[in-house]
Amino acid sequence: MFRSVAELVEIADTKGILLSEVMILQEMDQKNLSRAEVFANMEKNLDVMEKAIEDGLQGVESVTGLTGGDAVLIQNYMRDKTPLSGNLLMDAVSKAMGTNEVNAAMGTICATPTAGSAGCVPGTLFAVKNQLHPTREQMVRYLFTSGAFGFVVANNSFISGAAGGCQAEVGSAGAMASAAIVEMAGGTAQQSADAFAITLKNMLGLVCDPVAGLVEVPCVKRNAAGSSLAIVSADMALAGVTSRIPCDEVIGAMYRIGKQMPSSLRETGEGGLADTPTGRLLKEKLFGMSI
Amino acid sequence: MKFNSVFDIIGPVMIGPSSSHTAGAARIGKAARNLFGEEPKWAKIHLYESFAKTYKGHGTDFALVGGLLGLETDDPRMSQAVDIAKSRNIKIEFIEDSAKANHPNTARIIIGNDTKEMELMGISIGGGKVEITELNGFELRLSGNHPAILIMHNDRFGAIASVTKILAKYEINIGHMEVNRKDVGKEALMVIEVDQNVEDHILQELENADHIIQISKIVS
Repeated sequence: MFRSVAELVEIADTKGILLSEVMILQEMDQKNLSRAEVFANMEKNLDVMEKAIEDGLQGVESVTGLTGGDAVLIQNYMRDKTPLSGNLLMDAVSKAMGTNEVNAAMGTICATPTAGSAGCVPGTLFAVKNQLHPTREQMVRYLFTSGAFGFVVANNSFISGAAGGCQAEVGSAGAMASAAIVEMAGGTAQQSADAFAITLKNMLGLVCDPVAGLVEVPCVKRNAAGSSLAIVSADMALAGVTSRIPCDEVIGAMYRIGKQMPSSLRETGEGGLADTPTGRLLKEKLFGMSI
Repeated sequence: MKFNSVFDIIGPVMIGPSSSHTAGAARIGKAARNLFGEEPKWAKIHLYESFAKTYKGHGTDFALVGGLLGLETDDPRMSQAVDIAKSRNIKIEFIEDSAKANHPNTARIIIGNDTKEMELMGISIGGGKVEITELNGFELRLSGNHPAILIMHNDRFGAIASVTKILAKYEINIGHMEVNRKDVGKEALMVIEVDQNVEDHILQELENADHIIQISKIVS
């Protein structure tokens, strides 16, 4: 069983297999399941992600009315204008936000790694799909590669906002997506690790400060940040840019930063954006109580 | 290693918005139902700390009830769970408890029918993972992720051996086991997490073993 990204990359390189394959083999071994069973289980998750994106692009609204509809606005903008950051990037942003809008509206999603950060991995996947034209198998592999990196983070640091701030949620999710994009684009295992490190480095210190304690503001838009950063970092790694700080050390830094964060900035809804005049007003309006 | 499967990271498939406040809550409710062995007639649900403060916005209330009705985390009927419970004449009461809890996402579920009652405390630890921390006054640490059997027995020598002997006979591997007693020689509780589901005829055989009072199981 691999415990670090260094081990994960080493196994892939030594055996001459993809990172996704390392994860598949480990899952088969752990659960005593056949390749077909493990693969089919992940394919179900892919189907859920695809459906959530479809729903998000149709337009949804949350019960509170705080979020919903932004994914549609971006799709319309892409259709009518030329996005400055390019169509692929905005498509990923829109699909990531759409997924998270479905989540906020109590629709069905696949937690990746959590519900609040469920947009980054599928959002990027279904955007790069239009450029890389992967097979269905490669799309399922994208999720295994993402999962392999998330597995290391979860066991060495944290993946929930309550434990380590949003850097642990959207930071991990965006970084996981980066690594998977690199594999799908034909990069090396080490390039996946570099892309992961670059994304997570840029998310370090991100606090979890949901308005009224709900998974809506700023969560939905942070999935946009995570997914766009994922694509930029993947491109950087594929261009040959490396991370000066090794991937596992970045994960270690994320852990220590999370430990140093006060609880008011870890999903309590007591600090940061939740504690702005508007944040407090929204909470009062929604729950009839003040902080 | 806290996480041992890729599906702990990519998953669960669930109804939004929060893996800890919605999916986790549903799993705590489902664990309570499974341990009770049937659908309860009434439920009193105490919510603590973050669960108490944000349960309405997160749908923690309907998720807990959905679990009590036996719904999975991804069941589309989840958001109507409270209404479904009403239509089945199940009385549900939510209590926002101001008492301190050891974990920010804690629920205490007391359920019953005309003949029996059960009390369970569960915590939602993130990403949809949960632990059952108390059952009828017994402290325990049980993840809802593996099949488990809970065995009330008398605190006598040989009780544990008679149970493990039967499990060994059917080649059932024990992943985690705890024994807890209220006092020497009194009622005790064995909690056994296993790798595969335990069939009813094996439960029956366990129930007939020496010093065993009652058995219930959780199917993951």
